[in-house]
Amino acid sequence: MTDQTIAGKTMTDQSMTDQAARTEFHPRWYRKRLSTWWWLGEWHYLTFILRELSSLSVAWFVVLTLFQLRALSRGPESYSRFTDRLQSPITIALNAIAFCFIVFHTITWFNAAPRAMPVRMGGKRVPKLLVTIPNYALLFVVSAFVAWLLLRTP
Amino acid sequence: MIERSTTEQSMSERPKGGRSTDKPSDEAFFWLLFSAGGVVAAVLIPIQLFLFGLAFPLGWLPQPSYEHVIALARSPLARIYLFVLCSLPLFHWAHRFRFTLYDGLQVKHLNEVIFAFCYGGALLGTALAAYLLWMI
Repeated sequence: MTDQTIAGKTMTDQSMTDQAARTEFHPRWYRKRLSTWWWLGEWHYLTFILRELSSLSVAWFVVLTLFQLRALSRGPESYSRFTDRLQSPITIALNAIAFCFIVFHTITWFNAAPRAMPVRMGGKRVPKLLVTIPNYALLFVVSAFVAWLLLRTP
Repeated sequence: MIERSTTEQSMSERPKGGRSTDKPSDEAFFWLLFSAGGVVAAVLIPIQLFLFGLAFPLGWLPQPSYEHVIALARSPLARIYLFVLCSLPLFHWAHRFRFTLYDGLQVKHLNEVIFAFCYGGALLGTALAAYLLWMI
């Protein structure tokens, strides 16, 4: 009986210090399994999943940019082949979808900024719009600058 | 009196909140990369994708020549810009995609594989970007 208690105690101590204290997904907890499509029913869940899925568009854009850099480094013929491929209906469609997701990401990211980083001034919380508007101003200035760099005739 | 003081002592020894005994987590580091990538993706990708993915291929705006683009890409500041544009959003993707699979699709038994795939992909893309920008 005493042995058992000691064994039980050491077990508890071990589980408190080594493994079980911070295993992120604890194997012994009972969790009810959700349907794979749990996020379809409610608007909030759906926007959450759409936001998560926008990361695929981000990855797609980076892959595209890496191919563009590769084409650039290989010379003018390679680059014109790359720009030709971008004109195919499939890449146009994919880019249009990706662009919608990216815009969705931008809007939700800027809207989340005042909640993620509450700015306080004189003990009062700065209104959300005063945090969000500079973000859009930055987006506009940066976009205009990038477009100007690419479109100006040297 | 004695009883009260011991109670107070044991109260003070108790960790404040549930998290004070936790080891410092790597999650904060990955979250920092995620949010830095989120800012870059939110500010820089819209115009980049609009111009190169839609406006130039569809002829809405005149396509810049190869010479113009490569001259831009070769300047040191643009190299840094392009490196940041490729690398940080990949870490943003890694974090979000990991949780898309975990929360969205309920893939809960492949955590290590998914982690390796996502962050391995982000590291690979970063290395590729560095290599290409070096060669350009």
